[in-house]
Amino acid sequence: MTDQATNVAAASLETTPAAPHRGPLRRAWDWYLEGHPVIVTGLAIFLGLVIGGVVIILTTPTVLHAWSNFFSDPWNAIKVSFDSVGAAYRAMFTGSIVDPSAFWHAVTTGQGWTGGSSVLTPMSETLTYATPLVIASIGVGIGFQTGVFNIGANGQAIMGGIVGTYVGSMIHVPMAIHLPLTLLAGILGGIIAGLIPGFLKAYTGAHEVIVTIMLNYVIVYFLTFVLLSTALEAPGSADGVSRTLDASAQLPPIFGASSGLRVNYGLVVAIVVVIFAKWFLERSTMGFDFRVTGANPRAARTAGINNKLILILCFVVSGGLAGLAGVTQVSGVNHYIDTNFLVGSAGIGFTAITVSLLGQNKPIGIVWGSLLFAALSVGGRQMQAQTGIPYDLATVIQAVVVLLVASPVLIKEVFRLRGAKTSGIQLATKGWSS
Amino acid sequence: MHLELRGVTKKFGSLVANRNINLNVEPGTIHCLLGENGAGKSTLMNVLFGLLHPDEGEILINGKPVVINNSGEAVRMGIGMVHQHFMLVPVFTVAENVVLGFEPTRAGFLNHAEADASIRKASEQYGLAVDPHAVVEELSVGLQQRVEILKALNHNAELLILDEPTAVLTPQEIEGLFEIMRNLKAAGKSILFITHKLKEVKAVADTITVIRLGEVVGEATPDMTEQELASMMVGRDVNLTVAKDPKVPGEPMLSVRDLVVLDDRGLPVVNGVSLDVHAGEIVALAGVQGNGQTEFVEALTGLRPALRGKVTLNGQDITNHTPRQILNAGLGHVPEDRQADGLVLSMSVQDNLVLNTPRVTPFARRGTRNLKSVRTNAEERVRDFDIRTTSVDAPTSSLSGGNQQKVIVARELSRPLSLLIAAQPTRGLDVGSIEYVHKRIVQERDENRAVLIVSSELDEVLALGDRVAVMFHGQITGIVDPSVGRENIGLLMTGSQMSDDNAVTAPEAETTTATSEQPAEDPS
Repeated sequence: MTDQATNVAAASLETTPAAPHRGPLRRAWDWYLEGHPVIVTGLAIFLGLVIGGVVIILTTPTVLHAWSNFFSDPWNAIKVSFDSVGAAYRAMFTGSIVDPSAFWHAVTTGQGWTGGSSVLTPMSETLTYATPLVIASIGVGIGFQTGVFNIGANGQAIMGGIVGTYVGSMIHVPMAIHLPLTLLAGILGGIIAGLIPGFLKAYTGAHEVIVTIMLNYVIVYFLTFVLLSTALEAPGSADGVSRTLDASAQLPPIFGASSGLRVNYGLVVAIVVVIFAKWFLERSTMGFDFRVTGANPRAARTAGINNKLILILCFVVSGGLAGLAGVTQVSGVNHYIDTNFLVGSAGIGFTAITVSLLGQNKPIGIVWGSLLFAALSVGGRQMQAQTGIPYDLATVIQAVVVLLVASPVLIKEVFRLRGAKTSGIQLATKGWSS
Repeated sequence: MHLELRGVTKKFGSLVANRNINLNVEPGTIHCLLGENGAGKSTLMNVLFGLLHPDEGEILINGKPVVINNSGEAVRMGIGMVHQHFMLVPVFTVAENVVLGFEPTRAGFLNHAEADASIRKASEQYGLAVDPHAVVEELSVGLQQRVEILKALNHNAELLILDEPTAVLTPQEIEGLFEIMRNLKAAGKSILFITHKLKEVKAVADTITVIRLGEVVGEATPDMTEQELASMMVGRDVNLTVAKDPKVPGEPMLSVRDLVVLDDRGLPVVNGVSLDVHAGEIVALAGVQGNGQTEFVEALTGLRPALRGKVTLNGQDITNHTPRQILNAGLGHVPEDRQADGLVLSMSVQDNLVLNTPRVTPFARRGTRNLKSVRTNAEERVRDFDIRTTSVDAPTSSLSGGNQQKVIVARELSRPLSLLIAAQPTRGLDVGSIEYVHKRIVQERDENRAVLIVSSELDEVLALGDRVAVMFHGQITGIVDPSVGRENIGLLMTGSQMSDDNAVTAPEAETTTATSEQPAEDPS
């Protein structure tokens, strides 16, 4: 490699010698050492689980007790630690993906596929959780790629839920019209909420981070306000619960209502969004303008791209997708909204920011990031139920994984990689300075 | 001071910026370090000034090996450095800047009298005339440079490193700098003069060391021809002159009338400029940087609003149109800051080649890009314009400066144009790329397009321009034939009138309407 070094100093790229032939194992090892983003992310997840294990050992009373007797019975302390961590992660896995033994039982006997405790329930729950997350994260990711920090995805999703609930519960038309209309209403709600920071940034230079964060508060209180209005509030309810969506406005469960599996046609909506986003970012002319603007706004302007228009369009796309995420949650899962809708820990719009960073702002990366976050959340609840280890551990692991993905230098040092790349994160974090 | 470098090697990862450099600077000489951009000159100087540490080799001062850990130590050893970008406090006076860090004090207060006295002494001794009480930000660039030199001398520098000192100066200021350098030499100081400009080397150097790709390729003497020096610097024979046949200009393509443009602070930085550029003609806009050329081009390309005045392109009014409308009207633009305005460095070569034409057939159809035709286009451009890249998928950041510029030139020249505006088209490029870019620009002219070149390099202005317009303080001080010579154009660049009877066309500067006329001497 060092022979090539001097070439870099000048325009002598044409003299770069052909790479020497190497066996497949050696190439795989090189690929590992080069620190491909997939490798870095994989190692970050691994390290996140290891650190989560340490946290379990340090916070579980029985394990700590075994360690306090370390000198009388060292083997026991180690055994208890592994048992405890193993049980926690096993519960997390079986709770979010599949229980292998139950699965085998279902395969051999043909029973247990449906019903309340179906073997598919964990997978179904994970996908249900991931569905709106994928949609919202792609909205945020498109924003990041355009150099826009849309911290307001959560507010936009709530707006999508509100407008979608209006249309879904107050108009009564056949499903073929009603369902698309409800989803469109959700998108529209998100766009309305997104246009406010879009216009403010384009025409007054107000920083979108501040505006969107503040709008999130405004929209949460707006939610409470509309829920107490006679139009939206369920008749006879006094605690701020909306009317329920008409059946014709609900995204039906994929395996039918009798299956007991909550995974719904929102999943199909999410898949369509992923395909759209992939086309939009990689193949569409408008997406090209978005990416050029995000990577170098000055060059974009010089190349004749209307920055203001792109900024507003970006908020339309980003806000619209957040709104779609909100209405997908209402139409597919909740079927009504209340004052807790997407508030607090249910705020998928905030998780979407993290997931988008984890997925390097690219649609496929975001799909994997959403599935990971969904599995950790769903599995975390099962872990708490089965082992008593608090659900918060799942949050700890999520946070550690994101921290590590965001600091590839650390991963590089720990695992002795040569050149970890950081493209996505760097691109996204650039927005602060502009 | 006698300075010697023995086998100095500096690596950045796998990149060797300096390999086994030997350099010997005798006391009381001007030693020139000649090399192209990216040859490793600046790295070497940073090693010498303690900003970087060599991986191998040693530095000897007056025969004794020394280790320079930081710039403070370098200063204490008698090494002074004048950076390309000045390190001055703009709101301080000359005297305050010069004594900064080594202030003479009396009872805890700055001793102004002593500071002034030391500056006056140095000023007289070396011919560095500058008022100690002037505030630095109000001084011209040439005077600011003197302050930098004074600062180094005040720290008792015996060896002065001047890093590309002439890049920001007018021809007259350059001559003044050379005079100062000769005075310093006469006083026994050593000067290490870093440059890539051959004329300057010949004018002032005693000994020359040529470096290429991080290695010393040889010693040269100032009596060698520019051609020989260039060949040594580039490593092959280069053509320094631009081959250009005379050509009769056609109809005016670009016509600017009384243009007024404000800068970011709201001050008129282009103040009533009128200029015509005809088909088949290269007009070179000369001037020291910061006299409104940048804003003038921004106004022409729609990037900055024009307050007053009118711009027409091919008969069509384009005043304050959007950049997209102006590009579509047939304007090709090679921006001054290619990395900030011309390219998206993180994106591939093929995407950058369609940066301003992503929707044009065949690159897209109904909103979907045709990636195959984008790639085919890129492969053709890479071949036609000799862009050196590993592939069309490589990010443009991986290309050298010259090849980045070729990407922009290829993109702009591949559209149907009526006018090409190229701002500082060869800044920072190596000799080989300069040769190529100049050739393409002349070729555009020969194909009967109007070309406007903005350049602060006088050599470039003289080599390319069919007519030379000189800009000073936001106004055109003269539109002249390049044959009036460097001296006269240099005078116009400082706002003075030309000195002799060559000033046939200079009076045009006084009026704003006469500028559309042809130069007095018909090129045919």
